[in-house]
Amino acid sequence: MDHPTSVAPRVSRARRGRVLGGVCRGMAEHLGWSVDAVRVGFLLLSLAGGFGLVLYAAYWAWLPISADVPGDGEPATPGEGRDLAGVLGLGALAVGVVLLLSARGIEVTGSWFTPLVLVGIGVAVLWRQSDDSRRAELLADVGASARATTRTALRRSVPRVLLGLSLVLLGVLGVLAAQGDLAASLRGLAAAVLALAGLALVLLPFVLGWWRDLADERRARIRSEERAEIAAQVHDSVLQTLTLIQRSAHDPDEVVRLARTEERALRRWLYAPVGDPGATLVAALETEIADVEATYACAVELVHVGDVARDDRVDALVAAAREAVVNAAKHAGGTVSVYVECGETGVEVFVRDRGQGFDPAAVPDDRLGLRESVLARMSRVGGSAHVRSEPGSGTEVSLALPAPLGVRSWT
Amino acid sequence: MTDPWTDEAPPRAGLLRVVLVDDHRLFRAGVRSEIGERVDVVGEAGDVDEAIAVIHHARPDVVLLDVHLPGGGGRAVLDGCTGDLPDVRFLALSVSDAADDVIGVVRGGARGYVTKAISADDLVDAVRRVADGDAVFSPRLAGFVLDAFSTGTVADDADDALDSLSPREREVMRLIARGYTYREVAKDLVLSVKTVETHVSAVLRKLQLSNRHELAKWAAARHLV
Repeated sequence: MDHPTSVAPRVSRARRGRVLGGVCRGMAEHLGWSVDAVRVGFLLLSLAGGFGLVLYAAYWAWLPISADVPGDGEPATPGEGRDLAGVLGLGALAVGVVLLLSARGIEVTGSWFTPLVLVGIGVAVLWRQSDDSRRAELLADVGASARATTRTALRRSVPRVLLGLSLVLLGVLGVLAAQGDLAASLRGLAAAVLALAGLALVLLPFVLGWWRDLADERRARIRSEERAEIAAQVHDSVLQTLTLIQRSAHDPDEVVRLARTEERALRRWLYAPVGDPGATLVAALETEIADVEATYACAVELVHVGDVARDDRVDALVAAAREAVVNAAKHAGGTVSVYVECGETGVEVFVRDRGQGFDPAAVPDDRLGLRESVLARMSRVGGSAHVRSEPGSGTEVSLALPAPLGVRSWT
Repeated sequence: MTDPWTDEAPPRAGLLRVVLVDDHRLFRAGVRSEIGERVDVVGEAGDVDEAIAVIHHARPDVVLLDVHLPGGGGRAVLDGCTGDLPDVRFLALSVSDAADDVIGVVRGGARGYVTKAISADDLVDAVRRVADGDAVFSPRLAGFVLDAFSTGTVADDADDALDSLSPREREVMRLIARGYTYREVAKDLVLSVKTVETHVSAVLRKLQLSNRHELAKWAAARHLV
């Protein structure tokens, strides 16, 4: 039907915006028609001797439920309202069938009819249930705790499956009773149940074996996916960097730079803190420092006590600290120490290098990059900055930003 | 993989005797070539059991101990040695991934903690310092300590003295966290180097002995890089 290059998706039953099985919406989405038109079409076909009903049931049974990942609008688990709508829909369908049949002169009050309706409802409940479990599986595949979610869904589905089964059973018994020889059919039923039980006993080991195989395969798949993710990470980062390092073996600075960058990236991947990575002062500083390290081939050691949420003032502090680190990296090299302390009175940042040092008083105003980028930046947001340096003993830039700030110390 | 190795060569007079414990042979070789001229490396080990055996056999002055080791980690080595060998001093050496590991080895008896990025000169200094019975704090360990004791208010009575830092100790820790050497700390605070060392040792003792539950909780909750 579909041309191989066609972009039209395979027809499937919709999970969103459905009333019964999602057949109409699924077909409407597939054909590009209005869903109402499709529904009316099915209704008209149903009036034509119930053909539409049969067709609908067939589609419900054969079409797979849509596999597209939800997340836009629809809650992960069906709410009460959805279930109620489904039940009402089924009820309306049943009433419709009854009316249709009576209109065609079939005796709906006949003793065999009610049991048949029971069977129908039971089957519908079971089918809907299978939809929901499938959906739960699809959802669970997306999430991390696939197994647990599926198990919860299974446990929840038990009452509905039991309800469906007992409805079907009741209906079948009703039909048999209506035919008059209940006792004989009960004997036949007992024989059938016995035969089924025997069959189950025979097949049990095989079924259990299949089940185990299935579980094993699932575990193996999860494991291999994890391995694939790690392999991808190693390939993208570590192996690439090692190649680059081999190629730059003649350039020690470049090797150090590559190694530092890779180390940082790996640490972030392995020990990444939960939550928004860029939401705090320390996270922002880490990003800036990684950038400076990569650019200037130096090592920066960041030590922090406490952390604060970012705002405009904190961002100014981060920018000023970056400038100080860049200065240290450019003029001093070696290892730069950055210490951040967040307390109740505010935030302090110290950037220290072990370079030649200089006499701050001897540097002309117009040449001092520190003056505008660090000192002025800090004073604009109500903070302060000091440069302490002596020839021969390195330089330390200290930045202070007084409270109020959203202090997030440990609890 | 790794083989325990003990140097049966005659001891070199006047040098500190050091055992290297690290599961990476390449790293041990690197440290050995960097500091082997200035200290006497008398043994190497690559896992916990080897380390305990080599340390008992060689009885070094200082053990350079990796925090992460197959067979139980650096903490297990400390637990297997400190009881029998009170004179052997331990210096933790690590890539410093998680604060609780670092605090763990310090509370297990290590006299200090330095990162593997330390320069050879600084490492030799640190070994000497530990051999002398002093504590060695890297900026990162000082940061851990300040973080762990940060909610501690000033001690009210003697019982709480272990659970908080004195103002002076806090100042010393802050300067170390800022990257100052002991000498620079002494100069900045107008103290003698010896006094700084005393303060640092006092902090180490508090870190090892304090029972404040926040310390344990903090260590568990933190995975600082």
